[in-house]
Amino acid sequence: MTTKELQQKSIEYRKKILQYIVKAKAGHTGGSLSCTDILNVLYNEIMNVSPANFESPDRDRYIQSKGHTVEALFVVLADKGFFAEDELNTLCQYQSHYIGHPTRKVNGVEQNTGALGHGLPIAVGTALAGKLDKKDYKVYTLMGDGEMPEGSNWEAALTGAHYKLDNLCAIVDKNSLQITAPTADVCNTDPLDEKWKAFGWAVREVDGNDIEALKLTLKEIPFEEGKPSVIIAHTTKGKGVSYMENVLKWHHGVPSADEYEQAIKELDEALLAI
Amino acid sequence: MAEQINTLPYKANLDVYSETLQRLAETDPNIIAVTSDSRGSGKLVPFGKKYPDQIVEVGIAEQNLVGVAAGLASCGKKVFATSPACFLTARALEQIKNDVAYSNNPVNVIGISAGVSYGALGSTHHSLHDYAALRAINNITVVAPADNWETEQAIELAARTQEPVYLRFGKKPMPSLKEVNEEAFAFGKGRIITEGDDVLIIGCGETVYPALEAARLLKEEGIAATVVSMHTIKPLDTELLAEKARASKAVLTVEEHSVYGGLGEACAGYLLQKGISKPFKIMGIPDEYTVTGSQGEILGHYGISRDGIATTAKELLRSK
Repeated sequence: MTTKELQQKSIEYRKKILQYIVKAKAGHTGGSLSCTDILNVLYNEIMNVSPANFESPDRDRYIQSKGHTVEALFVVLADKGFFAEDELNTLCQYQSHYIGHPTRKVNGVEQNTGALGHGLPIAVGTALAGKLDKKDYKVYTLMGDGEMPEGSNWEAALTGAHYKLDNLCAIVDKNSLQITAPTADVCNTDPLDEKWKAFGWAVREVDGNDIEALKLTLKEIPFEEGKPSVIIAHTTKGKGVSYMENVLKWHHGVPSADEYEQAIKELDEALLAI
Repeated sequence: MAEQINTLPYKANLDVYSETLQRLAETDPNIIAVTSDSRGSGKLVPFGKKYPDQIVEVGIAEQNLVGVAAGLASCGKKVFATSPACFLTARALEQIKNDVAYSNNPVNVIGISAGVSYGALGSTHHSLHDYAALRAINNITVVAPADNWETEQAIELAARTQEPVYLRFGKKPMPSLKEVNEEAFAFGKGRIITEGDDVLIIGCGETVYPALEAARLLKEEGIAATVVSMHTIKPLDTELLAEKARASKAVLTVEEHSVYGGLGEACAGYLLQKGISKPFKIMGIPDEYTVTGSQGEILGHYGISRDGIATTAKELLRSK
């Protein structure tokens, strides 16, 4: 896909994320919009995973550690044909499989997640199995910068480096805001790159809302042979909607009808401008 | 019944765990042991030497241990995540709940040196909450084998099953409860060790043998006991429980666990809801941090011994 086509796709994804969050009257809006481009590039350019090969032991794996931004994942999975998109009309509704966090009841979801600090250890085990079985698949996990203080991440970071898992890539969606306040004010984890380096990982930083940059960076994994890779992706929370960008309340704010209309208008204008 | 007790040499269940795992690994490269610097206490040193590619070491990091185990299991590995029960089921409880049970990754969670096996090392190292914590988690089988036979059977079954299992082992050598076992071993099916009409004594793990010794003592006084090894605490063998409770004058449960939330409360809850009302007593560790001592001394202090169980059974029968 061309960069332009991917950029258009991201905007379509963002519109759908908002559409289903408004319908559900629930969701993690800001974070879903910040990680949209990452998911877009992973699923459309990088990963060898599809409904056709989802049962194959050779498929690439994606584990969403920051499970609360599941709306972005569901929209992308629907687009890839894992399920009919209109099923998302039931998001968060009584007895729906489409709950507010990733669940294996939904086709295309690898692991049940939601509690923070769980994705990386599972990804380490999954990558380790790939090494043991001499398979070529890669494992990707998306983490939030707000979940960096969870100790289990750093336990897993040690194990990933110890076992030289260069088939593993962690992506930190560094949108710099979490539910209470800016991440730096809640528990400052900077300099994040130095921390990962010290744990034995190969680190790259990238503009996580720049499709071209994401594409180039993800295609270079592993960054170093014998080391797991981490991408610190600097993103904007609420990306693409002017009144949401970098505004704390949109962590899990749901737009009103007027706000929704305004957001769609802005996204449509952005689409025309590409 | 006394003649049923095996006089052959016996081992700690932990040793049987290690030997069984080695035997299974001989023909199955998918058997993987994951340890948190616990291959020594888990008796997995020989396993690691024989199968260096089938042991994964994560260091002292229990949360990561369980997460990594879940990832491996999701790729078809038959994982035995081994760590002291006290840390594994408390520190990594959320990983057991989410990464293993909720995600249905068929990890075998192996809690070693459980109960008060660590004796005088104190309450930080005692695991008296694990049945309670794991009973309340959906989609995990909770098992405490009593003797070497149950242990071997449970490990073999755990390696075959595609669902999450928690297995709990102590450190003490355990005598065989029967010389010959004719019944099939299954999770969720209790094992009748001896039968009698007066009192039903239900144990699990290392408390079954003292319960059997107590039954021998009671027999000398003309009291007939049924002893059941309820090796699976969840799902409980409610059919056996109801049948044997109905046939007995009193019911006594014995466990190396807090009196809260374990085998006893599981049995009591079921019987009460079924309307089966008998004099009932839960023997376990009371709501306190344990006295200092060896495993035997601590259990003895709380009456979990041949004499203590026999005395409690007689008191219970008198109370009816």
